[in-house]
Amino acid sequence: MLDDTNAKPLVSVRDLKMHFPIHAGLLRRRVGEVKAVDGVSFDVMEGETLGLVGESGCGKSTCGRAVLRLYDITAGEISIDGVEIGQMDQSRLRSKRPTMQMVFQDPQASLNPRMPVRDIIQEPLDEHTNLSLSEKREKVLELMDAVGLNRKFATRFPHAFSGGQRQRIGIARALALNPKFIVCDEPIAALDVSIQAQVVNLLEDLQEKLGLTYLFISHDLSMVRHIATRVAVMYLGRIVELAPREALYAEPLHPYTKALLSAVPEPNPALAQKQRVVLTGDVPSPSNPPKGCNFCTRCPVVQDICRTDDPETREVQPGRFVACHFVTPETTTTADPTAGPRSQELNQQGEET
Amino acid sequence: MPDGALPVLDVKDLKTVFKTRGGEVHAVNDVSFSLKPGELLGVVGESGSGKSVTMMSLIGLLPSPPAEVRNGTVMFDGDDLLNVDAARMRDIRGGDIGFVFQDPMTSLNPVFTVGMQIAEPLRKHMGMNKKAARARAVELLELVGIPDAERRLDDYPHQFSGGMRQRVMIAIALACDPKVLIADEPTTALDVTIQAQILELMKELRTKLGMAVIWITHDLGVIAGIADRVIVMYGGQIVEHAPVADLFADPQHPYTQALLTTIPSVSGERSKRLTIIEGQPPILGAAPTLCPFRDRCNKRVEICERMMPQRYPVSGQHDAACFHADPGIPKEKAVGHAG
Repeated sequence: MLDDTNAKPLVSVRDLKMHFPIHAGLLRRRVGEVKAVDGVSFDVMEGETLGLVGESGCGKSTCGRAVLRLYDITAGEISIDGVEIGQMDQSRLRSKRPTMQMVFQDPQASLNPRMPVRDIIQEPLDEHTNLSLSEKREKVLELMDAVGLNRKFATRFPHAFSGGQRQRIGIARALALNPKFIVCDEPIAALDVSIQAQVVNLLEDLQEKLGLTYLFISHDLSMVRHIATRVAVMYLGRIVELAPREALYAEPLHPYTKALLSAVPEPNPALAQKQRVVLTGDVPSPSNPPKGCNFCTRCPVVQDICRTDDPETREVQPGRFVACHFVTPETTTTADPTAGPRSQELNQQGEET
Repeated sequence: MPDGALPVLDVKDLKTVFKTRGGEVHAVNDVSFSLKPGELLGVVGESGSGKSVTMMSLIGLLPSPPAEVRNGTVMFDGDDLLNVDAARMRDIRGGDIGFVFQDPMTSLNPVFTVGMQIAEPLRKHMGMNKKAARARAVELLELVGIPDAERRLDDYPHQFSGGMRQRVMIAIALACDPKVLIADEPTTALDVTIQAQILELMKELRTKLGMAVIWITHDLGVIAGIADRVIVMYGGQIVEHAPVADLFADPQHPYTQALLTTIPSVSGERSKRLTIIEGQPPILGAAPTLCPFRDRCNKRVEICERMMPQRYPVSGQHDAACFHADPGIPKEKAVGHAG
């Protein structure tokens, strides 16, 4: 885990934009674009887990894929382990792949059903190393041990494994080339709760053992609280708040983060007596985001300025970044965080449960 | 809800089997529960625990073959739903028993307007004419909180967002004033902020309309916020049944206990490491003769290898299918082998 004082960033993302064109009409003219990721900046420190949370369609998966350059990005800079890959062409990028890997959401869809597990895990070794077959076979078995798969099952096909085991296969494949940085895109979303804990514990063990750095993308706020060192909250293609885990969950600052956290159902009735902020309406379309702040259509404390001016991201406390007109260093330095006029206002406007 | 009220739905010893080429799958095994008027019964379990199949069996929605309801009675309104003819069943489904499915996109017909889909049960079950049905459809859409209901009636499902579609599904289910509403993972496909909206809506509708609700979910957080009583399913059986506060405060079955510790929470203490339940859920290839959780249980004792536990009463409305809850077995003996 991270000693946050002298940590240095392994991954640096600056003003990342990923816009997908919309073509329509007989001539397939370009009529607009979906701004899936629209100006996102963050660092991932060496050895930490950065949680990236948000609701479906907020651009978190696109962001994760864009960081690994699985897309040709629209704009921005991405530096991984000191190498700028934002505009690097795909053939040169290929030689950089071993340091950065990905674990996908759906272990059913991301494993080739016609390949035995041994070959699936071995494929990255075939592509990127010059090991002999017997060396590769040995490495595959070691990887299977590392992720808790029985060596005897090496020649079986993915269908013979359960969901949790399939996710372990995906993790083994991602580990094959000794990466430094792994993007985990909703790695547990498709699994049952009792199996989710197994996979999360495995990811944590591997991080400790191998010194891995994760970008952990998830919509499950409670699981992110467990695994992440710092958390970034996305809404409609932007990061609205980025903060160390404890600070974020103890005292969310952005109105969206407040609403998001209060919407999570609490399995402990003893803790469930909190006030709930229920947002009205739906997320606007990323092809036509609102003018001003992206959240202004649903924000419970919206003001006129929010509908005209786009809030800039400010560091309101050391290590805490918030993109909101009304969260400033002055509003957050009060000793009692709930004493500020703003948070009272928010509580009053949110519906009580 | 009054404790002494007669149950509106009473299920006894329900057993459902799927016949597949690979042999039989015993998806539901001797499930018994009852539902009182106005009550919200939560059903929790992981995928494959038989929670959906149980509810589908009740209202005859499983295709047969491969499904076969082997045993049991489902008393509703003086009828055994497992023995009524197809015409009566059609009357009940969508009439007295409404249901909401998990995925609102695949359960709405994309080629009809939502107005037509809400009006359909009204005209079929209530014999309304076109105009009356339309007026009622507007009322229903307003009831579930869709703004500008009159105009939205002529929209197609794809013009609605996920949360709005689920509201439409709920409106259809409520159309004929059902006595029982069965909701199968109604918020699983939705985002948390939208889920919060739907949960609020359900609470409000329940008090307004006074119907009984069966709410199937795998999310214990949702259950904690909405249910009166809970049944926990595992391996096609009910392993624990309790009022919601008791279940969270004093879970009796080792599976429930483990399940409650595996889920992290957004508030409260953050554990250093997640507790895990080792192993995999059982494969239901044969009728169970022993506790389905025994292979993964950390409180397994010798008797678990010989006999099937019954549902032993713990207190008033609380029971658990575990020998540790059996008053006939001395506590020291049972706990002695716990590992």
